[in-house]
Amino acid sequence: MKMKKMLAVIVAAVMATGIIAGCGSSTNETTTKKNGKGKVYYLNFKPEADEYWQELADRYTDETGVPVTVLTAASGEYEKTLKSEMAKTDAPTLFQVNGPVGLEGWKEYCYDLKDSDIAKQIIDDSFTLMDGDKMSGIAYVIENYGIIYNKELLKKAGYSAEDIKNFDSLKKVAEDITARKEELGFSAFTSAGMDGSSDWRFKTHLANLPIYYEYKEEGIDNTDAIKGTYLAQYRQIWDLYINNATCKPTEISTKTADDATADFVTEEAVFYQNGTWEYNNVAELGDENLGMLPIYIGVEGEEEQSVCTGTENYWCVNAKASKEDIKATLDFMNWCVTSETGVEAMCKDMGFVIPFKSNLESENVLVNEANKYLEKGKTPVSWNFSTMPSEEWKNGLGSALTAYAADQTDENWDKVVHAFVNGWATEAAAAK
Amino acid sequence: MEKSMKKYMPIFMLPTLFAFILGFIIPFVMGIGLSFCKFTTVTDAKFIGITNYVEALKDTVFRHSFWYTALFAITSLVVINVIAFVLAMALTQKIRGTNIFRTVFFMPNLIGGIVLGYIWQLIFNGILAKYETALALNEWFGFWGLIILVSWQQIGYMMIIYIAGLQSIPGDVIEAAQIDGANGLQRLWKVTIPMMMPSITICMFLSITNGFKLFDQNLSLTAGEPAKMSEMMALNIFNTFYGRTGWEGVGQAKAVLFFILVVTIGMIQLRITRSKEVQQ
Repeated sequence: MKMKKMLAVIVAAVMATGIIAGCGSSTNETTTKKNGKGKVYYLNFKPEADEYWQELADRYTDETGVPVTVLTAASGEYEKTLKSEMAKTDAPTLFQVNGPVGLEGWKEYCYDLKDSDIAKQIIDDSFTLMDGDKMSGIAYVIENYGIIYNKELLKKAGYSAEDIKNFDSLKKVAEDITARKEELGFSAFTSAGMDGSSDWRFKTHLANLPIYYEYKEEGIDNTDAIKGTYLAQYRQIWDLYINNATCKPTEISTKTADDATADFVTEEAVFYQNGTWEYNNVAELGDENLGMLPIYIGVEGEEEQSVCTGTENYWCVNAKASKEDIKATLDFMNWCVTSETGVEAMCKDMGFVIPFKSNLESENVLVNEANKYLEKGKTPVSWNFSTMPSEEWKNGLGSALTAYAADQTDENWDKVVHAFVNGWATEAAAAK
Repeated sequence: MEKSMKKYMPIFMLPTLFAFILGFIIPFVMGIGLSFCKFTTVTDAKFIGITNYVEALKDTVFRHSFWYTALFAITSLVVINVIAFVLAMALTQKIRGTNIFRTVFFMPNLIGGIVLGYIWQLIFNGILAKYETALALNEWFGFWGLIILVSWQQIGYMMIIYIAGLQSIPGDVIEAAQIDGANGLQRLWKVTIPMMMPSITICMFLSITNGFKLFDQNLSLTAGEPAKMSEMMALNIFNTFYGRTGWEGVGQAKAVLFFILVVTIGMIQLRITRSKEVQQ
């Protein structure tokens, strides 16, 4: 009996502590190392760059004695990992958000970087993420995406990149390749996989184009109510992708990112919509065979359009970390983009184009191919998908695209339009 | 003996009690607290009252997932228990290779849900591709896919419980019924099943709560496609938590509602089947 009473007391006490811990707004007071130098904990977003970050962290520690921990979240798990890591006593001091929408959830955790050393290294203010007057984030990599193509296969089909100037010419080439598929032995496009590993290429990256043109027309850079002016063009390009691919449109829900990469490197397809980050996966085709085309969707004047250039990787410093740790983190960031070791690791090993003064010329062929359009004076398409209202919106659009692909009727396309336009309004309202 | 047991009880109980408090009581209480808060990380929350619950109940997808899950739980309950019971009856008849059969039927239960989900996804999509369709295109493909998957996984487990139950029925009761002239069906309905009620209670409890709580299999087999139509409650909660900025609290509120629902249903089911149990 006594035992029972004691148990009851213990359980009650624990419950009470739980409630207090649950709702009290306690801040993370990170314990500082005794040497007073602070420490750095970087939660990295890019799994493909993980080993180079680990290496760089070790070298920094060797040089300065400041401990640097790098943890990499699994692909697609960054937000989840960040949420749980941030709740710990030793929370990440350096993390990243993907743009204005991503910032919304973390703005109270962002340290103002306005007066930091690294802010002085940026080549252009457009690479910072502002929250009013506060500089919440700094982009550390610029990336491009478009339609990667295999030069050799395109030549085999009797065309060259010069023949593709706009949507109509792209369509002509793609449909001609499809018509001669048996004879040529390859298809126009890789599988437009809508599996979770690949669907972001269409529900996020491809959807950026109609958004870009609409924003441009309206002269805005964000909205709570998208009109979907260019959705007819979005449908054209999607039709082209799914009906000229290596697989049937009904099969795309099962196709993964690996399937698409495999289609491309085994020379089953000429075109592959992806970005400069994919270079290491497709490099085996040989640098001389790789090129990148802008994604033409059939908007007037698109001959002057370049590939999509931008960033969704903004470094933020945890404002709730201790002063020493913040200082150590800022020093580390600055070292990464100014010291020879740091710049070399970022530009050469990781293959990044960094928006800082120290940027080196890239060895990534896809980056250089993309830059050719800029040299010719074409206008890059900015990355507006960081203004998409939520993950829910992207998922809704993705499901509608998959359903439409399986049964390409106007009725099913109306559902895509509904997910795009009405979904945007609902999600923008829900994000509060 | 009894005295020393009392004396040492705390020593044996404390480690488990500690783990139970740390792994269950604290997260549970924190979770209830957080369902009334707006938060980004669980240690940094702001009290906002019942707003989260209002949002959760307004969500039509959540309501759809409730009916879908309920239908799934009932269907899987019937399918799993009927097949498991029949298998258990068959494998207590002293046929050759009984042990091998028992092992084979039990084995799927040892594979994790995520792995199972992906394996079955390949199988189903491989078959459906012949008919120019796929799992992600129809919510009922997902539904029956999940039923097949879960049956395959759990029938073996329930079967073992039923076998244990069948073996504990004293032979003299059956023999007495036989002498009194009861035929096979009568023996099953009037003797075996009433004697088996404790096993039936536990199996039904396990399969109905498993049905409601199903998560990994749902995530890896259909991921809620098409358009959340095959999203069950646990997955819906998970997606609410991570799908929108600022909706963590709503996800948490749904989780609390979900807990209340599962406990209520579990209790009702226990009460109904318990009342049918007989004394041996």
